[in-house]
Amino acid sequence: MSIQPAAAKKPGLLRRMRHYRNIYLMLLPVIIFYILFHYVPMGGLAIAFENYKPAKGILGSDWVGLKNFRKFLTGIYAWRVIRNTLTLNLLLLLFGFPAPILLALMINEMRENWYKKTIQTVSYMPHFVALVVVCGLLREFCLTTGLINDIIAFFGGTRINLLSSLDHYRTVYVVSNIWQNIGWNSIIYLSALSSVDASLHEAAAIDGAGRIRRIIHVNLPAILPVIIIQLILRIGNLMTQGYEKTILLYSPIVYEKADLISTYVYRYGLEKTQYSYGSAVGVFNSVANLIFLITANKISARLSETSLW
Amino acid sequence: MVERKTPGEIILLVFIYAAVTLVGFVCLYPMLYCLAASFSDPMKLLTHSGALFFPTGFSLRGYQVVMNNPNILIGYHNTLLYVAGSLIVGMTLTPLGAYALSCKGYPFRKAIVFLFVFTMYFSGGMVPNFLTISAYGMYNTAWAIILPTAVSTYNMIVMRTTFAAVPEALRESAYIDGANDFVILYRIYIPVSKATMAVIILFYVVSQWNSWFPAMIYLRDSKKWPLQMILREILINDAAGGISDDADAQYLQELIKYCTIIVATVPILCIYPFVQKYFMKGVMLGSVKG
Repeated sequence: MSIQPAAAKKPGLLRRMRHYRNIYLMLLPVIIFYILFHYVPMGGLAIAFENYKPAKGILGSDWVGLKNFRKFLTGIYAWRVIRNTLTLNLLLLLFGFPAPILLALMINEMRENWYKKTIQTVSYMPHFVALVVVCGLLREFCLTTGLINDIIAFFGGTRINLLSSLDHYRTVYVVSNIWQNIGWNSIIYLSALSSVDASLHEAAAIDGAGRIRRIIHVNLPAILPVIIIQLILRIGNLMTQGYEKTILLYSPIVYEKADLISTYVYRYGLEKTQYSYGSAVGVFNSVANLIFLITANKISARLSETSLW
Repeated sequence: MVERKTPGEIILLVFIYAAVTLVGFVCLYPMLYCLAASFSDPMKLLTHSGALFFPTGFSLRGYQVVMNNPNILIGYHNTLLYVAGSLIVGMTLTPLGAYALSCKGYPFRKAIVFLFVFTMYFSGGMVPNFLTISAYGMYNTAWAIILPTAVSTYNMIVMRTTFAAVPEALRESAYIDGANDFVILYRIYIPVSKATMAVIILFYVVSQWNSWFPAMIYLRDSKKWPLQMILREILINDAAGGISDDADAQYLQELIKYCTIIVATVPILCIYPFVQKYFMKGVMLGSVKG
């Protein structure tokens, strides 16, 4: 609504708001939704600083300051769940993040279009298999009599229940994560690769650059901004992801390596109904996560002028 | 571009085709294995070791049991209900928010954008969410499954990106013709963005279809469980999937699992090759920074 009489003075705030009243009318239900389902729960975070008793309510419960945080950080499980969360996510970053980039670079070199399309379609498929099904299959395949152990035995290895093994749990988690996401996450890199200027390749070829050198010196730099944005986003949920899959896969035998901050919050906060303690651990997790995101974004803005905001 | 291939390049190409083919095979095979296993003879399946490309023996026992399991049907029914509910709420609110975000110049716009986007990076977390939803009286009701996740900020930003690409002149001339913002949204913006609407609907459908965690924490009553929770009972918690006889349960269980997976997954996998181009479009729209 930019149609305004040219002679008019800059109108007051209320008049401007009235001018846009339909926009606010549209926003009203959306804002109410966000308040009800995002900001009221955020206000509920106050219980992290209380000894919350449902009967007394948030306002009536006793204020305990940082006691719940202290209890977590000095407890025997704090280091275990922090270490597990960081290790698992760093492994996912190290192996899971480059995998789709590699796949996209390889698919991009293929010339037969029908084969390219087939591979793409097939590799996206795991993304559409529900998490519960993926984990159900994994549990079946990882049994000592399961498919993966059949293969291990075929190559002369010993059969072992992979999901109950402290040495193998993380490998199963990371490899299956790659399986779930490699195709789907490659889409964005493939689309970036498709817009690489062909004349750059021709010029490089004339200068005598072989295929590998062209991939490294033309294709990779061309998709670098996309890679960086994806990397920041990935670091931005370094500590909050994975609880659903973990809850479906882990068992007390592997808690030592499998238990995450978020699954710890779930068990203590919801299953054992220690609401205040669970919330405090949750706050710790969210804040740490936010710090990672902001730091990653700052570093990226300085190094490459690519930034989320 | 005409190019001569050096031996090194040929080796590279052979490697690429081999690697990509392997990735494709590994992505596809687990579902093929399930399909083959689900038609197998239960005894032979139990003793079978190694890969499966065709059923070992043949039997429809598993499918008989799964089809007679009333919980699967109840689960399907509930899931469809939850998908429909979250679509109605989501597709009502998301376009309104997206349209408002695509407009410029109104007071408090920045604050409102912040209000939405901040929730992508910070949330109350599991416990406060649970307590809030329970305080609203939604515990053990369908509302707890439908409402809290009905609007996704990510989807709203994807839609906003499409709306922002509609020429401003279209909006201006509609204003001159006396149309208000509601008319412009429903008569112009949504009709010209049909492909994006399809993408967003698909995103909402898939996320609700696959969702199980909210149902686990909010739905005490198993008659209200969505399909994924029924699957969790059978696949993860090893509940007998509709087998009434204990002796049967012993040797049928493995077969039942594979049949259940196929029954629950095939509908989605059949639709998906036809709609995957919309998904890809959605991924690319989402990558444009907001």
